[in-house]
Amino acid sequence: MVALAVPYVLRSDFWLGFLITVLLFAALGMAWNILGGYTGQFSFGHAAFFGTGAYTTAVLHIGLGLNPWLGLATAAAAGGLVALLVGYLSFRYGLRGSYFALITLAFAEVLRILANSAEFTGGGVGLYVPLDLGIANLQFADKAGYYYVALAFAVLSLVVGWMLERSRLGAQMMAIRENEDAAQALGVDTFACKLKAIVISGALTGIGGAFYTHYYLYIDPGIAYGPGVSVEILLVPIIGGLGTVFGPLAGSAVLHGAGELARRLMGDAPGLSLIFYGVLLVVMVRFMPEGLMGVVWRIRRRSETQADA
Amino acid sequence: MLDPLILLPAVINGLTMGAVYALVALGLTLIYGVLHIINFAHGSLLMVGLYGVFFLHRAGVDPYLALVIMVPALFVVGYALQWSVIGKASHGSDQNVLLVTLGVSIVIENLALYFFTADTLTVDTPYVFEMIDLGIALVPLPRVIAFLSALVLAALLWLLIARSDLGRAIRAVAKERQGARLVGIDVDHIFAMSFGIGTACLGAAACLLLPMFYVSPHVGHVFVLVAFTVVVLGGMGSFSGALFGGLLIGVTESVGGLLLGESLGQIGIFLIFIATLMFRPSGLFGARLS
Amino acid sequence: MTRMNKSLSRRHVLTGAAAGAAAGSFGFPAILGAQPAAIKVGILHPVTGALSYSGTQSRFGAQMAIDEINAAGGIKSMGGAKIEALLADAQSRPDVGAAEIEKLNEAGAAAVVGPYASAIALATTQAAARHGLPHVVDVAVVDQVVTRGLMNTFRFGPGVKKTVDTAIENLIKINDAAGKPAKTVMIVHEESAFGSGMATTLNAELPKHGFEIVETIKHANPTRDFSNIVLRVQARKPDLLIPSNYYNEYVLFARALRQQRVAPKAIYSILGGGASSYKFVKEFPDAAAFVMDCNHWFDPRKAAALALKEKTEKQGLFYTYEVFMNYSCVYLLADALERAKGAQRDAIIAALASSTFDMHVMPYGPTRFVNGQNQGAQPVTTQILDKDIKVIYPLAFASGNVVYPMPERRA
Repeated sequence: MVALAVPYVLRSDFWLGFLITVLLFAALGMAWNILGGYTGQFSFGHAAFFGTGAYTTAVLHIGLGLNPWLGLATAAAAGGLVALLVGYLSFRYGLRGSYFALITLAFAEVLRILANSAEFTGGGVGLYVPLDLGIANLQFADKAGYYYVALAFAVLSLVVGWMLERSRLGAQMMAIRENEDAAQALGVDTFACKLKAIVISGALTGIGGAFYTHYYLYIDPGIAYGPGVSVEILLVPIIGGLGTVFGPLAGSAVLHGAGELARRLMGDAPGLSLIFYGVLLVVMVRFMPEGLMGVVWRIRRRSETQADA
Repeated sequence: MLDPLILLPAVINGLTMGAVYALVALGLTLIYGVLHIINFAHGSLLMVGLYGVFFLHRAGVDPYLALVIMVPALFVVGYALQWSVIGKASHGSDQNVLLVTLGVSIVIENLALYFFTADTLTVDTPYVFEMIDLGIALVPLPRVIAFLSALVLAALLWLLIARSDLGRAIRAVAKERQGARLVGIDVDHIFAMSFGIGTACLGAAACLLLPMFYVSPHVGHVFVLVAFTVVVLGGMGSFSGALFGGLLIGVTESVGGLLLGESLGQIGIFLIFIATLMFRPSGLFGARLS
Repeated sequence: MTRMNKSLSRRHVLTGAAAGAAAGSFGFPAILGAQPAAIKVGILHPVTGALSYSGTQSRFGAQMAIDEINAAGGIKSMGGAKIEALLADAQSRPDVGAAEIEKLNEAGAAAVVGPYASAIALATTQAAARHGLPHVVDVAVVDQVVTRGLMNTFRFGPGVKKTVDTAIENLIKINDAAGKPAKTVMIVHEESAFGSGMATTLNAELPKHGFEIVETIKHANPTRDFSNIVLRVQARKPDLLIPSNYYNEYVLFARALRQQRVAPKAIYSILGGGASSYKFVKEFPDAAAFVMDCNHWFDPRKAAALALKEKTEKQGLFYTYEVFMNYSCVYLLADALERAKGAQRDAIIAALASSTFDMHVMPYGPTRFVNGQNQGAQPVTTQILDKDIKVIYPLAFASGNVVYPMPERRA
């Protein structure tokens, strides 16, 4: 309820934009979390799904006039499809740990290079979505419109995560994370289970890509498929707390908050604010190795033991 | 475009460029082999090395002579970084190492931006335009030197790890860190030594690279992805693997560029990489550190 | 479902402008004796990230102009109000650029100058349009920057189409005057928007003028090795080589060309990263000799342009096009502020739209905006002669005589 009222209270487009970014990356972080946090499969290549979502809706909207709202759905399908392919190829060959991380990175790079060369993606020039304001067009005159879409996306991701956590599939995913061989011995079809995780993750990430396209109206191969996107997505749940429902939201808020704080504190000299941001990142890991949710637990546990005593 | 008059020189270009990739990857494979971490800061440490060589050149030191300064200097940087920051902050977990090395690379890159500005810098040496005639191709002297140095450096590293006491300790830690600790090896020190040696390799790579390249705060990005590919291709932790992996990637990139065009040709690197991961995840050249 | 106003949109420009008017009314020539409120101007460039060199140079150029204007008494029609720069960093990313626009808007910026790169400009102009915030675009050559009907966007420099057209026009003149020695052409371009856009237009246009394009090579950013590209240039032996790349790649390419002793009749860059850079000329004098470039360049006959060059070099910086383009953009804006007689955004937009500003340092003549594009904007063709960059075409601005075909260069 509070979240719904925000645009009526917050009269600043800057802060509304900030919240949109936070929500977008909370959702993307949750998508990553399903595969990385719950299932324990670290991906360095979520740009592959993000970019595919971004390009799918852009190509279909510009080329065939597909409605952007439907574009969100097709982006989810396309993201899930690419995830299925990546997952099949890597899990089929038993890739784990850093091998899995690196192969996802490579897939994202392959797609980036293809997008740079293919005709229908506009090559290196990228794609421009024509400016045409209208709710039907997923283009809002007012930032509040984007805020509600981002909020819905974040809620969707969180609900998916929350439901997974309580489902049989979720339990199997976590069993794989703890000990894949043991899970297999207990009769979990680990291959199928990991595939489900990556497809859900990829589909959600694809929606995020599509939202980006219609929010900024321009994408190119570096923006959509660049390694920067993958890193930005995975930072969120790691900072927030792996395998938790609210970790990505907390992580996204803290990461982007830290970035903004750095910019405000450090002044105009080029580089200073990013130095501060990098230091902050290291310090956070140094003192919160379990992520933000880890800190929450520690505090809660301490208060419980005190209550017992 | 498969004209042998172009193909043969292209293969040679690929080999010499591949040697450069191997130089950058040698340190990374050592760090990976021992610490089992994906070091995101590798590219920015190469950049630090390149700036070092640049300023030494400005002070009148030839880039190749700078080797004697840059190798120990970057060893110290690497040792200190692992000892004081990465080891302490990572708490031994993979995802934290990832964040820490990422944070470190952001800091280093922007420190460079702050102090040296974003200016692209190059050094002008008398031998940049010196060409060696290999019969089928004219190859710039700095590339020939880099190629031979990559062979020497790989051999030296192999000797160090296979034959020295330090090497034995490093191998022990790489294989079984708990066991190594039990027999009295200072694991944190060995981690820092490995990171230091890995970074020292970048010092050497920087000296050999700068005469044919440039330096800017973001130059690390130019090499870091390729270096990861080389490490995986060669088998994580294998020096001969990194060497051959580098050469293979160099030739793939070069020939791929001829066949598919320079832009799309880059895809060859990653396709080989994916195929290797799927079919031979231990790398084409197997032999691991442990 | 309410269908919103379709064309973006005079309505939004106006509502935004109304908000701006409320904030800006303080800018009026105020009570006697009191210092008038400063006019805040957003100076937005990518000063960190991949484009940080260009971003920093751009910021410097803009700041030089602001310092000069303030030292000369500020905006006279507003009682000598000073211009206050609100510095912003797009971090070489469109999304950050757009967020910075929101920040500038809320900080009360009367207008924005920037943001150098096309991808960033697409995002920032659009974000600024929502607030009716006037946005002077400095470089950002991609044509879509001004073809989306944004009322707040005014691009001072030429777009890709204009640049390539001019480049071809000048090339034909140069080639014809020398008795048409060049027939075959090879294009080597970077893969992103400006290089690719240029290559497409060249491939469509050059054959109409009797040139044969023997090969077009697109390469990645970054490209680590140009040896193979040079091999192919050697094999094709084109009369003309047309490169279009970023500075880093240009340096590697030029170096590889010299190493392999490739000597076409001319190297004719278009928006080439190095060929109109004093840095390149100074650091690679031999590789740079006689290279031509069609690019943004200052008018060498203008005293202000030369004075700025001296000032820039005194700071230890190179006089790149980012510097004089942004310098000119700030003066263009200051002229609009003079005529707007206030910091209201709609008044500034109106003043920009009717601008006839000609006190810039570019070879453009009076400024005249049609649909946000400065019609006077044009690139010029330069050539590196005697270790200096000379304008050779159009002749009206020329400071040197073209040397073509290229004489034997020192190997």
